Amino acid sequence: MKAFAQLFLSLDETNKTNEKVKVLKDYFIKVPDTDKMHMLALFTGRRPKRPINSTLIRTYAIEASNIPAWLFEESYHVVGDLAETMSLLMPENPNSSSKTLTEWIAEINQQGAKTEEERKLWLMESWAMLDRQERFVFNKLLTGSFRVGVSQNLVIKALADITGIDAPTLTHRIMGGWMPENYTYDQLIQEQNAADNISRPYPFFLAYPIQETSEKRKNAEEISAALGAADEWQAEWKWDGIRAQMIKRSGQIFIWSRGEDLATEKFPELHPFLNALPDGTVLDGEILSFQNGSPMAFSVLQTRIGRKNLSKKILTDSPVAVITYDCLEYKGEDIRYKTQAERRVILERLQQQTEFPEIFRISTLINFNNWQELETIREQSRAMIAEGIMLKRKSATYQVGRRRGDWWKWKIDPLSVDAVMIYAQKGHGRRADLYTDYTFAVWDGDKLVPFAKAYSGLTDQEINKVDYFIKRNTLEKFGPVRTVKPELVFEIGFEGINKSTRHKSGIALRFPRILRWRHDKPKEEADTLESLKDLLNE
Amino acid sequence: MAKPLLEFTDRGIYCEKGEFYIDPWKPVDDAVITHAHADHAYWGHKHYLAHHLSREVLLYRLGDINLRTIEYGEKIIKHGVQISMFPAGHVIGSAQIRVEYKGEVWVISGDYKTEDDGISTPFEPVKCHHFISECTFGMPVYSWKPQAQIFADVNNWWRTNLHNGVATILVGYSLGKAQRILQNLDLDNGKVYTHGVIENTNEALRRNGVILNPTERITSETSKEEVRNGLILAPPSSVGTPWMRKFHPYSFGYCSGWMALRGAKRRRAADRGFIMSDHADWGGLINAIEATGCEKVYLTHGYTASFARYLNEIGFDAHEVHTLYGGEEEDSTVTEGEEKAETAPSGDEVVEDPK
Repeated sequence: MKAFAQLFLSLDETNKTNEKVKVLKDYFIKVPDTDKMHMLALFTGRRPKRPINSTLIRTYAIEASNIPAWLFEESYHVVGDLAETMSLLMPENPNSSSKTLTEWIAEINQQGAKTEEERKLWLMESWAMLDRQERFVFNKLLTGSFRVGVSQNLVIKALADITGIDAPTLTHRIMGGWMPENYTYDQLIQEQNAADNISRPYPFFLAYPIQETSEKRKNAEEISAALGAADEWQAEWKWDGIRAQMIKRSGQIFIWSRGEDLATEKFPELHPFLNALPDGTVLDGEILSFQNGSPMAFSVLQTRIGRKNLSKKILTDSPVAVITYDCLEYKGEDIRYKTQAERRVILERLQQQTEFPEIFRISTLINFNNWQELETIREQSRAMIAEGIMLKRKSATYQVGRRRGDWWKWKIDPLSVDAVMIYAQKGHGRRADLYTDYTFAVWDGDKLVPFAKAYSGLTDQEINKVDYFIKRNTLEKFGPVRTVKPELVFEIGFEGINKSTRHKSGIALRFPRILRWRHDKPKEEADTLESLKDLLNE
Repeated sequence: MAKPLLEFTDRGIYCEKGEFYIDPWKPVDDAVITHAHADHAYWGHKHYLAHHLSREVLLYRLGDINLRTIEYGEKIIKHGVQISMFPAGHVIGSAQIRVEYKGEVWVISGDYKTEDDGISTPFEPVKCHHFISECTFGMPVYSWKPQAQIFADVNNWWRTNLHNGVATILVGYSLGKAQRILQNLDLDNGKVYTHGVIENTNEALRRNGVILNPTERITSETSKEEVRNGLILAPPSSVGTPWMRKFHPYSFGYCSGWMALRGAKRRRAADRGFIMSDHADWGGLINAIEATGCEKVYLTHGYTASFARYLNEIGFDAHEVHTLYGGEEEDSTVTEGEEKAETAPSGDEVVEDPK
């Protein structure tokens, strides 16, 4: 644990990528193999189980800190991170633990079988055993959320340097549903092939936006300058669903989402077609709700994502199908090295053979002769229930992660509305102790009705200014939320709008964010709820 | 009911009996100044009263002002009201103001810290009935380590940078933090180079008779290679400017109490955050308040709401008051705050651009 705590501290102590990689390498070299795998799991989003719920942990932490509960809560709002708050509030002690990360995680996992009393005792004793930094990472293990400012790519890079295995291969080998308890470091670095783990997905190839932000709109000439001849590219609609990789190997099927969640059971509609695929097939595509052969808005799909049990009603109301757009493995062979055009031929052949063409769909290619034409076609995106257009170089291989060059997304411009900020709340992480989370309202007659929350879009400087305004213009405080004098107007961008029975305004926005601060607009000139509702029918 | 001896007005803390203000933020006739930071020493008053050691810095920052200075413990009577100053330990020349009339004693802390930093006259608790206190770091998550420990880290970091052949840039406020750092650096490591704003303050203090370790002002002639063998002291306003970038490659450290929180540290994108403040931490504040034996405590800036609530729960009679100091809870990102001072009157304070 000392080494792991030190790893955190050292990563915090530099902003430079090369130094971070060095710190990661030092860690890998120093610790036992099981610790390496635990660290790798944590840094790639594979959290250990949480045997003690966080409300109880909080209660015990308040007891250990010897301060009133309200002051603990206030401190949490200042710090913006529960694990850190707890470690700062508990009295310092001179102890330090010699147990390894593996041993600590094993202990944490054992708590599941214990009584509440035993857990509390164990927790109190553990805290007393650790110094401040160790306590912080220990609390992180207990409460989840391992965002450490280090991307998976950096961890892979460090590991690649040490093992001599190239980064794409390593990225592939740490995909899927492994846990450190069942996947050893030796297995990771040994020669392997796809069949070693029949459920393992390939790393997704992700597109870069061709327009960095919606404000930096690009026209056909600029696209042409950036991408070259139009005939070297294939264009498809960019569907707004759940990106998924579908695997059929050794008679078994697996559906993986982009977040590397195994989602096989969530989409029973897809099982028949997947089962009918030849063994050794892996497809990439987008799962969407369909009705009468047309895709539905994402909000329809959303209603069933979170559900544990899929009722009959849900399956009838929002049945899904998949629009496939790539084939990564065919007849047991990893074909990511083949060109986009070659893989497309294979995909088309597979799709033509299916008995379930309503479910196993294929992303149609958009016909276009030049970029001007495509620019015009892009205007139809919303009508197509698409988010814009995907551009893929015909000669491109299927790559690992987000890469510039061969795959681009050309999204439609967001819808937008001018709104007044009325509530604010402090942020977390690097925005701790600053008011960065805002609620916006539009006019409904002479009343301001809240309709969206947004966290991003302002520069650090603007955030400081808004924070300054909020602290001096607070009308009321409700716990962590402040009611702010309605005065500041912002342009809010969003991808879509839907009816909602759960919101006071009667509408819900998709991906709301701040486009710009409208210093030029008085609050009276903000938009109305009516104008927002008009968008519902478009 | 009789008017209290001191009132909180929209110009500052006011003593009607004595006809003077303490740290007023709007122009007044008579201003008693706790220390020279911009949020306490505003421009435009007719008469200033401050401690001897604030003299040159005040003149440098505010220009030609009508200034009288006194020693700690020295007594002044104005309309029968006795005014005296006691060390606040915040920066060189910082004072708590003691006001007494007919046996009733008020003390205004200004900004203070309870740890002896080795350069400011150490904080001295003063018995009083009414104590007006800051609470910039009035949350239990703020708890400072002894400065010897922090400077050991600073000096080690400096050595590592020398070893790695990168420049060392240490950022801290130009009045207070900069000198505190300067006096505690291990000068066996190398020379200390200063940004113009800091060197101007150093010169003012030296004129005032303060003996500081040697420093060298960075000018357009100073070579990048030369400073790499030393350490650069820079003010927060220089972070991210071309002035700073010209020293590339460097490691950049930030000395501030706000570095106690990972989020705040990440926001400033420093390579190293050294948790070092010129304000009292949670424990320091409570001890200081306790030591005054006061009947009532007024909290001017910092986490006033929660700190007042806590003090009341543990048996003090505590009140929040609204002032324009530092910032309240509120300005946490700009306090320790002389950001305004960095852009204040005298024109020679401009950040020097290499070209």
